[in-house]
Amino acid sequence: MANSETNTIEELGINKEYEYGFHDDVKPTFKSRKGLDEEVINQMCDIKGEPDWMREYRLNAYRIFKQKPMTKWGGDLSQLDFDDIYYYVKASDRSERSWDDVPDDIKKTFDRLGIPEAERKFLAGVGAQYDSEVVYHNIVEELDKIGVVFLDTDTALKEHPDLVKKYFGTIIPSADNQFAALNSAVWSGGSFVYVPPGVKVEYPLQAYFRINSENMGQFERTLIIADEGSQVHYVEGCTAPTYSSESLHSAVVEIVCMKGSRVRYTTIQNWANNVYNLVTKRAFAYEDAQMEWVDGNLGSKLTMKYPSVYMMEPGARGDILSIAFASKGQHQDAGAKVYHCAPHTTSQITSKSISKDGGRSSYRGWVDVAKGAKGCKSHVVCDALILDKDSRSDTYPVIEIGENDTNIEHEARVSKIGEEQLFYLMSRGLSEEEASTMIINGFIEPLVKELPMEYAVEMNRLIQLQMEGSVG
Amino acid sequence: MSRDLVIKDLHISVQEKPIIKGLNLTVKQGEIHALMGPNGSGKSTLANGLMGHPLYDVDSGEVIFNGTDILELEPNERAKLGLFLAFQYPTAIPGVSLANFLRLAVSAVRTKETNGSGDDGLIPMREFRRELREKMKQLGIDDSFARRYLNDGFSGGEKKRAEILQLAMLEPQIAILDETDSGLDIDAIRVVGESVSQLIGPELGVLIITHYPRLLDYIRPQFVHILLDGTIVESGGWELAQMLEAEGYDPIREKHGVVEA
Ligand SMILES: Nc1ncnc2c1ncn2[C@@H]1O[C@H](COP(=O)(O)OP(=O)(O)OP(=O)(O)O)[C@@H](O)[C@H]1O
Ligand SMILES: [Mg+2]
Repeated sequence: MANSETNTIEELGINKEYEYGFHDDVKPTFKSRKGLDEEVINQMCDIKGEPDWMREYRLNAYRIFKQKPMTKWGGDLSQLDFDDIYYYVKASDRSERSWDDVPDDIKKTFDRLGIPEAERKFLAGVGAQYDSEVVYHNIVEELDKIGVVFLDTDTALKEHPDLVKKYFGTIIPSADNQFAALNSAVWSGGSFVYVPPGVKVEYPLQAYFRINSENMGQFERTLIIADEGSQVHYVEGCTAPTYSSESLHSAVVEIVCMKGSRVRYTTIQNWANNVYNLVTKRAFAYEDAQMEWVDGNLGSKLTMKYPSVYMMEPGARGDILSIAFASKGQHQDAGAKVYHCAPHTTSQITSKSISKDGGRSSYRGWVDVAKGAKGCKSHVVCDALILDKDSRSDTYPVIEIGENDTNIEHEARVSKIGEEQLFYLMSRGLSEEEASTMIINGFIEPLVKELPMEYAVEMNRLIQLQMEGSVG
Repeated sequence: MSRDLVIKDLHISVQEKPIIKGLNLTVKQGEIHALMGPNGSGKSTLANGLMGHPLYDVDSGEVIFNGTDILELEPNERAKLGLFLAFQYPTAIPGVSLANFLRLAVSAVRTKETNGSGDDGLIPMREFRRELREKMKQLGIDDSFARRYLNDGFSGGEKKRAEILQLAMLEPQIAILDETDSGLDIDAIRVVGESVSQLIGPELGVLIITHYPRLLDYIRPQFVHILLDGTIVESGGWELAQMLEAEGYDPIREKHGVVEA
């Protein structure tokens, strides 16, 4: 681990089960009936007290959603039953700014997950979402004073209606895809971030997403606007209890990177293995702006997620780093999309996947260079590591080039854990499990070293949990 | 307890092809043995087989180390008993720093009494760092190597030095050095030779596989063995190595009726 030699995998805690699989008995203050129709949406709008335009927006999106056929590509969605889901579960009446005011039972959950502790240590702001609603949101005072906005999106809609209205749905329109339409209809929670021109937010802003209810649909909506020359790093983590029936997580994340700004968005997704994780993430990067997605997918039953960057003006840059770990019963269909819409734009996609115990990981990528976008560069590297013969890895790269003057490289490698590597490490006293964990951690190290330290530690620890008991 | 390595009538094959054909050899703690033999005679096969490489099948024979037959043991269990192999071609492990790897390895093989490990089972960081830095200095390895990925992009000579560093850190009772001198420049051979001879004492026995007597100038073996076509055909003292240097393998081949492969 590059961040610190002190954190070897051995030092990190050990726990065999999916450790976030517990659930707490929190009585929701409101829960919509199962299934979705216009009445449920109207109910949500009433409870939230939303302006008319948002109600219209939702209803319109719902009509689009109903018309869209079930998504056929990517993963197997045939078991997903839209009528068997609670679309809105409100566990608390307000979003609190003081941790002490968060209802005790909910607080207990986040305490178990170590959230408030994390905030004290290294974050500029924290948001915590429990089922549909954000229950806690806080930002350090200094940032608040200089105009940095970090709110849950519902509150932002009330406090900054013009800003939200101006950008909401402009990066990802409702009609973009089936799940974007669904999210647009029933979105709740998520984070809203605005960074004023020239402001560099030094520490990460963090959001934590937790599904607690069974058969729950979580549809957070995140909107980040980085004004000219600003800089921000947003980090999110996700967990859910292990129930016998499935839950759905379907987020939409829209990011606007204005001229010369720099945004990094980091995700460590560790949903329980019965969560469908179907997320649309997209950024527009304007002149000389830089957008980075760092995306770690370890949990869920099926993840379909392809963070994208549209490079709209010259000098824009998009970087996407993703790690997927597919274990038994899991399909990680992850990837990246980059659209070079302007000349002299640059992108880099690095994808690393690990498949084990019959897990399946796919890389689905899209590189697009518009006609006239001269002098663009794109570099794609896909590395897949397959740990046993039951597991699977595929790549589905698409490259669309409308311009001759471009430089595109695509490299893909599939490897197995080398017998020589295992033997080498074992001959030095490491057990087979320690040796393969070490090799895997080494495999993802180029990505892990990009993570904030605490997340790097967490990532390595999660890998170790995945590996435990898997060998021999 | 005796930490001797006793090999009795050992047969090893690779992909069904017999390579080691009835080999007998005893290396006692504190002794230095040299094993010489032409390319392809089976030296590395013996070394890998002793360490438990899964591609090398032991068909019959016994290997007693530390009082137990180790042939059924996993490589890491052999390492924990005090056996060490410095590889002819060390494998690169990208993304894993030399220091992180070595700390885990040292904590795994050194006995509880000697590694002073904490509750996490790891040798304390500061102690480990100090020792690592000291030993790297002795071997003329730059500090920056601690952070570099294990054998990844190391030059041939750097890999060999890193192997000896591991030997120094892991403190085995019996070490097999498979052509540790090949690929080293003249100065590096001296550094490695001197470092190994410093490590040698009543606690450490070594089996040095080499083609050249130069390394043996620094580590003078008490016993020299010649491997030909899977068996040891001659054993003697230093004079045997000198004879080889002067005359090559032909006289021995002739004597034992082995045709060149
Ligand atoms: N992993 C392997 N796969 C296939 N054949 C092997 C393997 N290892 C050894 N052999 C074969 O076994 C025979 C002995 O090889 P070995 O490497 O033991 O020789 P050596 O004495 O170490 O030679 P050198 O002096 O060149 O290092 C050779 O014919 C070699 O090709
Ligand atoms: Mg050899």
